[in-house]
Amino acid sequence: MPFPDAESLCQHLAEQIRPNLQPNTVLIGIRTGGEWLARRLHTLLGLKEPPGAIDISFYRDDYGARGLHGSPQRADIPFSIEDAAVILVDDVLYTGRTTRAALNEIFDFGRPSSVELAVLVDRGGRELPIAARYCAHTLPDPLPASQNLQLEQTEDGGLSLRLINA
Amino acid sequence: MRNPQLNRHGELQHLLTLDGLPRDILIGILDHAAPFTEVAEREVKKLPLLRGKSIFNLFFENSTRTRTTFEIAAKRLTADVVNLNVSTSSTAKGESLLDTIDNLCAMHADMFVVRHAASGAPVLITQHLQATGRDHIHVINAGDGRHAHPTQGLLDMYTIRHYKHDFSNLVVAIVGDVLHSRVARSQIAALATLGVPEVRVIGPKTLLPTAIETMGVRTFNDMREGLRGVDVVMMLRLQNERMAGALLPTPQEYYKVWGLTPEKLALARPDAIVMHPGPLNRGIEIDSAVADGAQAVILPQVTFGIAVRMAVMSMLAGQ
Repeated sequence: MPFPDAESLCQHLAEQIRPNLQPNTVLIGIRTGGEWLARRLHTLLGLKEPPGAIDISFYRDDYGARGLHGSPQRADIPFSIEDAAVILVDDVLYTGRTTRAALNEIFDFGRPSSVELAVLVDRGGRELPIAARYCAHTLPDPLPASQNLQLEQTEDGGLSLRLINA
Repeated sequence: MRNPQLNRHGELQHLLTLDGLPRDILIGILDHAAPFTEVAEREVKKLPLLRGKSIFNLFFENSTRTRTTFEIAAKRLTADVVNLNVSTSSTAKGESLLDTIDNLCAMHADMFVVRHAASGAPVLITQHLQATGRDHIHVINAGDGRHAHPTQGLLDMYTIRHYKHDFSNLVVAIVGDVLHSRVARSQIAALATLGVPEVRVIGPKTLLPTAIETMGVRTFNDMREGLRGVDVVMMLRLQNERMAGALLPTPQEYYKVWGLTPEKLALARPDAIVMHPGPLNRGIEIDSAVADGAQAVILPQVTFGIAVRMAVMSMLAGQ
């Protein structure tokens, strides 16, 4: 199944967000795909405040079963969360567990005035009551659990979506 | 025989010593510690990783820094921490070490952090847990006798990496009472694993263990000669409480010959860092001008110690 071009999805997502920008809007990307996307949206939307990035490894709900994997990185939030209008950015929305973990992490930095979710692709398969306010593309049929959809970034910064069969 | 610190998948199950700990696990702990340093800067200084876990701090020997930093590390990971004040506990009434452990297991402990004056006590506890089918309970050695102090060794390696970035070109000196020092043994093991090309131990003959050269270090009985050109100076505390017999003349004379003064430090490289595991004996092994000077990284060591202990505990508990 062919996916729409990630670059044009980025443009599309930025245009969805633009009318709702507020003076206190900040972007926080979930590593790693969401971080790339947040940087891209930051440029497209011409925001002043640089985007933040979080690594939700320490907030995962399957830590007890899986332990720490990969190399978690330090959270990088260069602004105050207090009273900010946060747009949480991720590449692919799936079960919603990553979003839940990210919400928990954000609130450990302060109390935002609001949090919205922006994603490039909604692949279906939600396991939690979570929905994105901004979504550039929704797959007509949910992907099977055996498939993994992720954003990739080339050396020159180009973005593309890749489907991996596990 | 399987490394008693690792489970059957080769993951860290207990942390008992750095001697024989595989290099990838040692580096993995340092890597995992890095993001934990940021937690202290948050509004809420807590991560939910060890939520609902019970950690028992069993300190059969006095300690302030190590016990406190283990406690803070566990609390920042949301664990429930119980500190046992052993001097007023059942041990003082004659209960054996393993009976104490069995009782705490009956309270559903998930992890023991053990400090003991007897070398091998944490290993004994681990073997007891393994022999009784309770290997899922983790043991961290927080210092046993003269044997090992692995989390101190790890935080020292983290500190060196933080300031020097790379281990492959360093000259490191360990200075002072090596004979009584579990810290020195853990440092030497870790420095060897990380590939530091030259490790020197500097001290009076009475305070250097015999045949220490077999651990791959160069010994110096002249402090000035030993400090020449080093990148890292790791001072040790003079352990008066462990001294038996006349190993030293007087503290004043020790300071004169073996105390780290600005004048002796000037022989090391100009960008050399000075470390000390604490507590400091000012005016005995280290001069205040050095301890409070620009090259000292003694307080950052304490801060890094929390992150390193968080990394160890979260790697043990999450499998």
